[in-house]
Amino acid sequence: MKHLKKALALTVLMVAVNANAQTELTVYTAVEAEDLKKYAARFNEDHPDIKVNWVRDSTGVITARLLAEKDNPRADVVWGLAGTSLLLLKNEGMLTPYAPKGLEKLSLKFRDRDETPSWVGMDAWMAAVCVNTIEAEKHNLPMPTSWQDLTKPVYQGHVVMPNPNSSGTGFLDVSAWLQLMGEDKGWEFMDGLHQNISRYTHSGSKPCKMAASGETTIGVSFAFRGARLKEQGAPLEVVFPSEGLGWEVEATAIVDGTDKVEAAQTLVDWSITRQAMEMYNEGYAIVAMPGVAQPVKHFPANAEELIIDNDFGWAASNREAILTEWARRYDGKSEAK
Amino acid sequence: MSVFDPGKSSMIDSPSFSTPATRNWPTLAELRRRLTDRWVFALLLVIGCVVLTLLVLAPLYTLLSKSVENKAGEFVGLENFAHYLSSGGIESAFFNSLWVAGLSTVIVVSLAFMAAWALTRTRLPFTGWLRGVLVLPILAPSLLPAISLVYLFGNQGVLKSWLFGAEIYGPIGIIMGSCFWTFPHALMILLTAMDNADGRHYEAATALKASPWRTFWTVTVPGARYGLVSAGFVVFTLVITDFGVPKVIGGQFDVLATDIYKQVIGQQKFEMGAVVSVLLLLPAMLAFIADRYVQRKQSASFTARSVPYRPRQDRMRDAIGALMLTPTVVFIFAIIGMAIYASFVTFWPYNLQLSLNNYQFGRMDGGGWGAYINSLKMALGTMLIGTGLVFFNAWLMERTPQPKLLTGVFQFLSLLPLAVPGLVLGLSYIFFFNHPDNPINGIYGTLFILILCTITHFYAVSHLTAVTALKQLDQEFEAVGESLNASRWRVLFTVTLPLCLPAILDVALYLFVNAMTTVSAVVFLYGHDSQLASVAVLNMDEAGDIAPAAAMAILITATCAVAKLIQGVLRFWVDRSTRAWRQGME
Repeated sequence: MKHLKKALALTVLMVAVNANAQTELTVYTAVEAEDLKKYAARFNEDHPDIKVNWVRDSTGVITARLLAEKDNPRADVVWGLAGTSLLLLKNEGMLTPYAPKGLEKLSLKFRDRDETPSWVGMDAWMAAVCVNTIEAEKHNLPMPTSWQDLTKPVYQGHVVMPNPNSSGTGFLDVSAWLQLMGEDKGWEFMDGLHQNISRYTHSGSKPCKMAASGETTIGVSFAFRGARLKEQGAPLEVVFPSEGLGWEVEATAIVDGTDKVEAAQTLVDWSITRQAMEMYNEGYAIVAMPGVAQPVKHFPANAEELIIDNDFGWAASNREAILTEWARRYDGKSEAK
Repeated sequence: MSVFDPGKSSMIDSPSFSTPATRNWPTLAELRRRLTDRWVFALLLVIGCVVLTLLVLAPLYTLLSKSVENKAGEFVGLENFAHYLSSGGIESAFFNSLWVAGLSTVIVVSLAFMAAWALTRTRLPFTGWLRGVLVLPILAPSLLPAISLVYLFGNQGVLKSWLFGAEIYGPIGIIMGSCFWTFPHALMILLTAMDNADGRHYEAATALKASPWRTFWTVTVPGARYGLVSAGFVVFTLVITDFGVPKVIGGQFDVLATDIYKQVIGQQKFEMGAVVSVLLLLPAMLAFIADRYVQRKQSASFTARSVPYRPRQDRMRDAIGALMLTPTVVFIFAIIGMAIYASFVTFWPYNLQLSLNNYQFGRMDGGGWGAYINSLKMALGTMLIGTGLVFFNAWLMERTPQPKLLTGVFQFLSLLPLAVPGLVLGLSYIFFFNHPDNPINGIYGTLFILILCTITHFYAVSHLTAVTALKQLDQEFEAVGESLNASRWRVLFTVTLPLCLPAILDVALYLFVNAMTTVSAVVFLYGHDSQLASVAVLNMDEAGDIAPAAAMAILITATCAVAKLIQGVLRFWVDRSTRAWRQGME
């Protein structure tokens, strides 16, 4: 009898849970595939009634897809996409502004500056240089410590970086150099760097992957990828150039036109809780809520001090001009070698 | 068996034989029946045109029309084109595209022709197995040759010295990679063109004491002419529109197709991507016109009177055949073998310990077995629906009386998808099928739209194969059928279909394996519950998990190989059960 009661209670509970489990959110993301299950599971610990249906691809593909779906959006929420992409979507009127609970706890750098922000930040991914220690030794190359180091003749033909016209990571680097050194000095630096570049790639993680497999010695890429590859056993040193690092915020937003506003808001609320921040911190050294971040393996302890004061507005409004100038200087020359 | 009749050989292609009216005068009732038939057939082909318009032309229009609009959607004429052409570096990208595609075409068509000749005109043993090996490249996701080429010829590659200091990243890599994946396309068309040879031509050549060399140039080559041109057209267009190989291994070597990637994925400028897509259509269009021109002169080579060619014993010729197959077979084995090795290595090139860990897909994120099952479902759907659609339409076009204009329009619509890069097709499908006013926008994000998109993406080569097979059957089959009062439908089911079964099986396999491996278009269309294994491969590689990516790619390749094996068995069985009949043992 006791058992029967228990079983009955359990059934009632299950039905109740199932009744609530109706809401399914379609969430577009560029977060690493290996992290998606974890993100959804942690969220479901607090909100078992909302099911997260991920659609994941690289930043460029997901952004193009969101823009192409503009007339009939399919995503309810974007959770984990570059701030630059979200700015594009915001300008197209594709995001619903929403001030999630606990917004005031976020650093100002990590949210849309509007009073009711269109997007709120999660974490930052930042530039880094992946150096293959075995190849460096083989070619007798000293370990670089700054961006200027990379223009030294000793590195000629050993550096690979992403093409900013194809890759967000590439643009992040170029925009950071121009902000750090000023326009004239910035281009001068890139002219010098161009002499040492063996090739430009179309993807931001590729240079680090090439360094990991010895296809190149030095790959200009981003820290997260370098740390993961090192963890997998690649003979890499992840270098954080001393002048300062370009970075980009990864953020969450509600897509305009969703008919599941309540669930979407619940998700965005949760995405900036302390718990969520601690979760992001497992892979990223810098998170949007100050004071939360603990040092992460293979990242520098003072990561937050290394990143530049990135002016995203400037970068966005000058993007077209910068990319055209970059292509004019370095695209045509590429096969002359 | 065959009784050689020199008097008739000149009449093989004579048009007078295909006009039934010269034989017996039809009655008035029959004339009326034929007239209604004509209307029915024309109407069916019009429906075929409408279907293709919905699958190709309408979606493409939604994207390509952006080439004459600004970001806000206002008409700006040719401003975008002017802007693109003046932005510099275009001449080099255009020139690079042309010579890389041109050279790849010459290499692939030569190799494929040599292989097709060795398989159909010699008595080499194991040709069934050889056919299987030669189509291996099409069974593998495109990332696989990219990984292999880097492991073979990259800076840490085992054969790096073979390049004499040149780099694999650039035109060499693009040409090698392109040759690898386009080879089976060319081979499939050429084999279809050469499989059904008329033995009487060869007997005539022997009777006239022509040397083997002369026979080759006067009988074999002319017989394969249409196939050669089609294969060249297909390979050229495939290479010039592909951005997968140049993106992964091209380094900074600029081609038009990677420009689309830069504009759309790198900078989200759809209108500029549309401009490049339109420019890419131009060379493809020229190739299309050239193809039409040659095709007009083609007539049936396998007629109702034909006797299947059986090569005579000739050791010397067989040795030459083996020699011609060797380079291709070695290259294919090297690429696939390297990929298999790569899938077992722990961390290339620094930890070469072999392990099975990379094959534990259940533990892996980014798809795993679920994605694999989705891929299987998608591939089966594409195969069943696609083969039916392609063959029925090709039959309507080739074997039923049709107005010239209509067949021209249909041929154009069928070949158009070939000139459309997958990325452009995928985006077009979003614009068209996701539009709020589209009554069937419910299919967006489901497996079904993936199936439709994949059929469209690979329609052209399937269509060419079906048409080549159908063309080789003499029109007399239908004429005789008509004089026996058998309708074209009956001829279709009792004669044409059985005779074309090998080609139908080829088309089915082609659609299945391409659906298993395709990435470029479907990457924009899959939903949360329709992820695909081929996309998972790309994502794993992007995340730096090269070995697991290679493992999943090998699993896909193995699946396709099993499909190929099943197809091979079916083909063997079909060949055996129709051989007696084909050889006319009354």
